[in-house]
Amino acid sequence: MARGLPKQRPIPGVKQIIAVASGKGGVGKSTTAVNLALGLAAVCKNSTVGLLDADVYGPSIPKLMNLRGSPEVTTENQMRPLMNYGISCMSMGFLIEESAPVVWRGLMVMSAVEKLLRQVAWGNLDYLIIDMPPGTGDVQLSITQSIPVSGSVIVTTPQDLALIDARRGAEMFKKVNVPVLGLVQNMSVFRCPKCHHETHIFGEDGAQQLALDLDVEILGDIPLHLNIREKSDKGQPVVVSDPESPEAIAYLRVAARVIERLPTPTD
Amino acid sequence: MEGDEDKDNLSSVKHIVVVLSGKGGVGKSTVTVQLALSLRQAGKKVGILDIDLCGPSIPRMLNLQTKDVHQCDAGWVPVYADRERTIALMSIGFLLENVNDAVVWRGPKKTALIKQFISSVAWGELDYLIIDTPPGTSDEHLAMVEGLQRYSIDGALLVTTPQAVSTGDVRREITFCRKTGLRILGIVENMSGFVCPHCEECSNVFSKGGGEELAKVCGVRFLGCIPLDPHLSHSLEEGRDFIEEFPQSAAFSAFKQLAQAVERGPP
Repeated sequence: MARGLPKQRPIPGVKQIIAVASGKGGVGKSTTAVNLALGLAAVCKNSTVGLLDADVYGPSIPKLMNLRGSPEVTTENQMRPLMNYGISCMSMGFLIEESAPVVWRGLMVMSAVEKLLRQVAWGNLDYLIIDMPPGTGDVQLSITQSIPVSGSVIVTTPQDLALIDARRGAEMFKKVNVPVLGLVQNMSVFRCPKCHHETHIFGEDGAQQLALDLDVEILGDIPLHLNIREKSDKGQPVVVSDPESPEAIAYLRVAARVIERLPTPTD
Repeated sequence: MEGDEDKDNLSSVKHIVVVLSGKGGVGKSTVTVQLALSLRQAGKKVGILDIDLCGPSIPRMLNLQTKDVHQCDAGWVPVYADRERTIALMSIGFLLENVNDAVVWRGPKKTALIKQFISSVAWGELDYLIIDTPPGTSDEHLAMVEGLQRYSIDGALLVTTPQAVSTGDVRREITFCRKTGLRILGIVENMSGFVCPHCEECSNVFSKGGGEELAKVCGVRFLGCIPLDPHLSHSLEEGRDFIEEFPQSAAFSAFKQLAQAVERGPP
């Protein structure tokens, strides 16, 4: 039996795959992935966008996209993605009970991720955004070895502790030959809603140096705004629920820059 | 013949506390370190075992990122944060050639290292061993539960932030604890509110009350709220002792309360 790395195969019908990752947990990957998906759909009118929640242990996409329920299965034994705001979504969260933990070892996780990649009836998509879990382990390796990821967006907050993990995340993508399209500096500054005083709760501009070191650009600076969290909790991503807000505009800018930086598809 | 396999490195550790979350970026490592520092201030000898292999933050938080570990007969000698040896730390960060290297490993390798970390660190006498975990419910967590099977664990401290995407993941972690027989000491709600340093208006950036609500719903103790405090983030970045330097802060009293709850022990 030939042993070696799994062969990379594209997902039929899916043109470009973008991984949203970080290395560090809790910096806003899922929030960014959701708003980036919606941003791409807004910037590229008539494009079809899908969103895959690969965070098997902590799937946030159902909550953020206000989606629930078990996916239907087609006659070809493929799961139909659930749709909201025009985005097709698939998540482990649709396949398990809300309070049920996924207590699986790496091998089982690999198999689940494979199903989430290959047994979903995505149809024709211009962009598939993959919301990656935190860390640099099984899931990240399985995904990047299994499908051709066009590029990655690394989300970080300004503080050193996040940047160090973001750097590890970037290194991981380098190891598997996935281009890093740029960084998103999230929770960059907090503006008091009462007196408008700005506080850099998580530090200031930390991502600049990392961007220089990695030779990539900062795709956007997203402020820490109650609006984002309030809307997220309600499953109404800020790009669709408050499109004129500075936060939404920041996300739209990120989307535009991602499109500029995606390598042109070879086929 | 290889000597005592039975040299039990955990035999002189009086209490073991595990810090879990399910969600990334809620402050597990921060809570671990502040809890350790608060216990130290109360006169205890504390050890920290950092099993977050992909994102080891603790060495930096204690300003120990340049240190090396050494071996002795009984295994690894932990790194001490001070000459008096009141805080000891073991982390994969010390085993990496470059402290910012990425650890891109699959499950079985992680499991093996964690089991080694549990059995082969020569802690000596400790009042408390606090174990910091990565987010999720995967190989690392299973390895830890299995490795600690024959020891009595005081319990698990669950850290959450108030918003729905966090409490959802932490709910799963509670189920994990119940399934694996891990006693729950309680839930602490971190990043609970931000007080503007300029006008003192409190903004619930990440919402409020989600942790307390979760504790109520799941029938576990609620151990308090820790506010967002730029002094705290700053201290962690620089590896300084927040507990020593900012005793007037609201976060300090929250951590002191938490330490007292841990000292009181399981309900």
